[in-house]
Amino acid sequence: MVLCFFTFLSKTVHAQTDADALMIPKNVFCGELMYDHSSWDNYWEGTFKRNNGNIGTLTTNTYSAMGNYGITNKLDFLFGVPYVTTNASAGTLKGQSGFQDLSISLKWMAFETEIGKGIFTVHAIGEGTIPLSNYESNFLPVSIGLHSTTVSLRGLLNYQTGRFFVAGAAQYIQRSDITIDQDAYYTTEEIYSNKVYMPNVTNFLFSTGFRSLQFNAEAIISQTTTHGGFDIRKNDMPFPSNEMNMTTAGVLFKYTFGSTTGFELTAGGNRVLDGRNVGQSTDFFAGVLYLFDFSKKDKK
Amino acid sequence: MKRHILNIMLPVAVSAIVFLGSCNKAVIDRTTSYQALAPSNIDLNADTWKPVLITDPSVFTVAAPDAITSPAYVADLNEIKAYQSGLTSDQRAIIDYWSAGAVLRWNEILRDLVAKHNLPPYQNDDGTYPAPNSANPFAYPQFPFSNPPYAARAYAYVSAAQYDALIAAYHFKKLYNRAAPYNIAGVEALIPKSALPSYPSEDAVVAGATVEIMKLLFPTEIAYIEQKASEEMQYRMMAGANVRGELTAGQSLGAQVADVFAARARTDNAGKAIGTPAEWTQLQVTTAARGETYWLSLEAPSRPPMLPLFGKVIPFLFDTTTVKSLRPGPPNLTNSPAFKQEVAEVLTYSKNPTREHQEQVEFWADGVGTYTPPGHWNAIAEAEFVKQNYSEVRWARNYALLNMAEMDVAICCWDTKYYYFNQRPTQANPNIKTLTGIPNFPSYTSGHSNFSAAAATVLTYLLPDRGTKFTDLANQAAMSRLYGAIHYRSDVEVGLTTGAAVGQYAVKRAQTDGAGN
Repeated sequence: MVLCFFTFLSKTVHAQTDADALMIPKNVFCGELMYDHSSWDNYWEGTFKRNNGNIGTLTTNTYSAMGNYGITNKLDFLFGVPYVTTNASAGTLKGQSGFQDLSISLKWMAFETEIGKGIFTVHAIGEGTIPLSNYESNFLPVSIGLHSTTVSLRGLLNYQTGRFFVAGAAQYIQRSDITIDQDAYYTTEEIYSNKVYMPNVTNFLFSTGFRSLQFNAEAIISQTTTHGGFDIRKNDMPFPSNEMNMTTAGVLFKYTFGSTTGFELTAGGNRVLDGRNVGQSTDFFAGVLYLFDFSKKDKK
Repeated sequence: MKRHILNIMLPVAVSAIVFLGSCNKAVIDRTTSYQALAPSNIDLNADTWKPVLITDPSVFTVAAPDAITSPAYVADLNEIKAYQSGLTSDQRAIIDYWSAGAVLRWNEILRDLVAKHNLPPYQNDDGTYPAPNSANPFAYPQFPFSNPPYAARAYAYVSAAQYDALIAAYHFKKLYNRAAPYNIAGVEALIPKSALPSYPSEDAVVAGATVEIMKLLFPTEIAYIEQKASEEMQYRMMAGANVRGELTAGQSLGAQVADVFAARARTDNAGKAIGTPAEWTQLQVTTAARGETYWLSLEAPSRPPMLPLFGKVIPFLFDTTTVKSLRPGPPNLTNSPAFKQEVAEVLTYSKNPTREHQEQVEFWADGVGTYTPPGHWNAIAEAEFVKQNYSEVRWARNYALLNMAEMDVAICCWDTKYYYFNQRPTQANPNIKTLTGIPNFPSYTSGHSNFSAAAATVLTYLLPDRGTKFTDLANQAAMSRLYGAIHYRSDVEVGLTTGAAVGQYAVKRAQTDGAGN
C-alpha cells in the first residue's frame, strides 16, 4: 500500500505481516498476490489542507508479490516485491511506474504466556527495505517512492482472549540518505549536494478485532511521524525529505478456506484522517494467499 | 524457558540498535569546504577598470581614515585584540565561512533568497491570482515572486553593484594607502595576508552595496541580510584584516554606489513587467490576428502569463533597439507540417522517457522553489571561479559579466516569447505529459536554452582552458527541455543561438574593460 507521498508504510495494515501477531507454522510457506488502490484529492502543505487543479486525483496502484515462511513456529521470514504505478488525473505531470522497494522481515515471537483466560505474546520484527530500481524519487507527487534504504525494528504486544484480540506496536525506521538527480536543492536553505538527509520515522499502531481460524476482522489505527524534515511551503512542490506525518484508520478482513494449507482471501481499506505534507489518501486492497505446507505430513 | 527467551532477546535488541545507529547520514555541502581566499593577483589597477554605471569614483564620500597613531585607531586595534584573545568555535566558524570570499558568499545568499521566494502565488477563492506588491511586501503573496526573469535581474543588479563598488573602493584604497591591521604587532592574521590597502574594506564595500540593493529586491529579508552583513564585519575584525573604521567607510561607500543602481532599477520597466489584464488579452488578439493559435495557461485555475512585459526592461549590455534586432524569426506556423512534426517529436519523448533523460530533466529543472537557471549558472561559475584564486574585484567583475548577460538574455527571450505568444506542446496535443512542471509562459524560445548559451559563452571566454565544458553543459540544459516534453526542438535550437549572441555582448565588454581576461 503506497500512501501518497509515502512508501515506507508499505504494509502497516496487512494480515500476517510485519505488523501483526499472526505467526505462520514451521515449514509452511504463504505466497500472496496483493493489489492496492490508493487515491487522494486533498493534501497538506504543512498544515494547510488543499486540493490542486494541476494534480486532480492522484492515484497509486500497487501490485505486490509477497511471501511468508515459517523458519520455526516462533520465527517467520517475510518478503515483498511491489510494482507501483502513479497517475495524476489533471495537470501535465506524467505518471510513473516501476518496481519499488524490496522488503525483507524477520518476525520473532519472543515471549508467550497465559494471562487470565487469554494469551499474551511479545513479538520483535526487524525489517529492511531496499529500492529495486533506479526510479526518480524527486518527482513528487508522482514518484513511485522515496528511494531510501531503510531498516526498522518493531515491538508488538498482542493479547488474545477467545476470539477477540487487542494489539499495539511501535516501530522505529532508520532511513538512509538518498541521492537525487539535482546537485543542489532548497529545504529551508540551499544545500549544495545531491545527497538528501532523510529524517527517521516512527510508527505506532493499535488494532483490535476478531480472530478465528477461519475469519479475521480487525480495526487498525496508525500514527506515523517523521522526526525532522520540513514543510512544503504554500504552493511549492513536495520534496522527499518533507516532514510527512499521518494518522490513518482502517479495517482488515481475512477468510481462510483450508485448515493449514490452501487459499486465503484478504481485503481491507484505510483512510488518512489527518496529515502533514501528505495526501489524504483512501486505500482499498485485496489479496489472494496460498499456503503450502512443506513440513512432514504427520506433523500436520 | 521464558527466562531463556528473555536472555536471547536482550542481545538481539542491542545488536539491532547498534545496526540502526551505524548508518552514516551526513550530507556534506560542497560549498562548506572552500579555503580562505588567497588571490593570485590582487588586481591593484582595478580602479582603472571600466565600471558598469558609475563614472567617477571620486564623487563618492569616503572620509580620510584616522591616523594610525590616533586614539581612535588604537581603540579599533584593541577591539580586534579583544576578539582574538577569546575566539569561540562559533566565531571561528564565521571566519571559515566568510573567508572564502565576500562576493562568493553574497552570491550564495542571493541564490538562497531567490529559491526561497521562487513560489507562484496560490489562487484566490474566485480562481484569480493575487500578485506580489512591492509596496506591501510582507502581505501574501510576499514580494517578490523571484521567477527566472526576476531572478536574472536580481543577480545582475547585485553583481554589477558589487563590481562598481569595488572599483570605487580601489580608488580610495590607493588614495589612502593604509596597511591592514594584521601588519601591526599584536594583531594576528587569521586569513592569508593581502598587500591590498585596507581602507575602505573590500568586504564591507561588497556588503554595503549588497544590503542596499537588496532592500529593493528582497525587502522582506532586510533583517536577515543585515545580520549576515554584521557577521561578515565581525569576521573581518576577528581575522585581523580590518579595523572597524575601515568597515564603516566601506559599507557607506558600497551603499552610495548601490544607490546609483537602485535609481536605475526603479526606472528600468521591471516594475511594469507584470502587465495588465487588458495587455494580456491584447497578446491573444494580436496572435489570433496573425492566424496563429495563441498561448493558453495550462495551469488550473488559469494563471496570467509570467511577466509578459519583461521584454521591455532596459538591458545592461545594449539598448532596447538591439533587443528587437536580436529577436529571432517566427516559430513554425501552427498549421505547418514542420510544426506537426515537432509536436510529434515531443510526444515521443513524453511517451518513452529513458531514465537518463529523466535525470537530465531533473538536474536542469530549476523550477519552482529553486534558484532558477541563472542561479544554476551562478553555482556552476562559483565552482570554477573558486579554483582560480581571483581577487574580490575579479570575482565581482566576472559575476557581473555573467549576470548582466543573464538579465539581458532574459529580456530578449521574454521579448520573443511574448512577441510570438505561441502554445506549449501540451496545448497542441494534450497527450503530451511532461517530466517536469510546465512553465506558465509561451514556448518559443526556450528560456533554459537562452540562459545556458549566454552563460556558457561568457564562462568559456573567461575560462578558455575549460574547453567545451560550458557549451556541453548548455546543450544538455537546453535539450533537457525537449526531453521533458515542455519545449519543441526549435525552441531549444533557436534559444541557444540567441543566448550565444547575447553572451557575445558580455564578451565584447570583457575584452575592453581593462581587466584583461
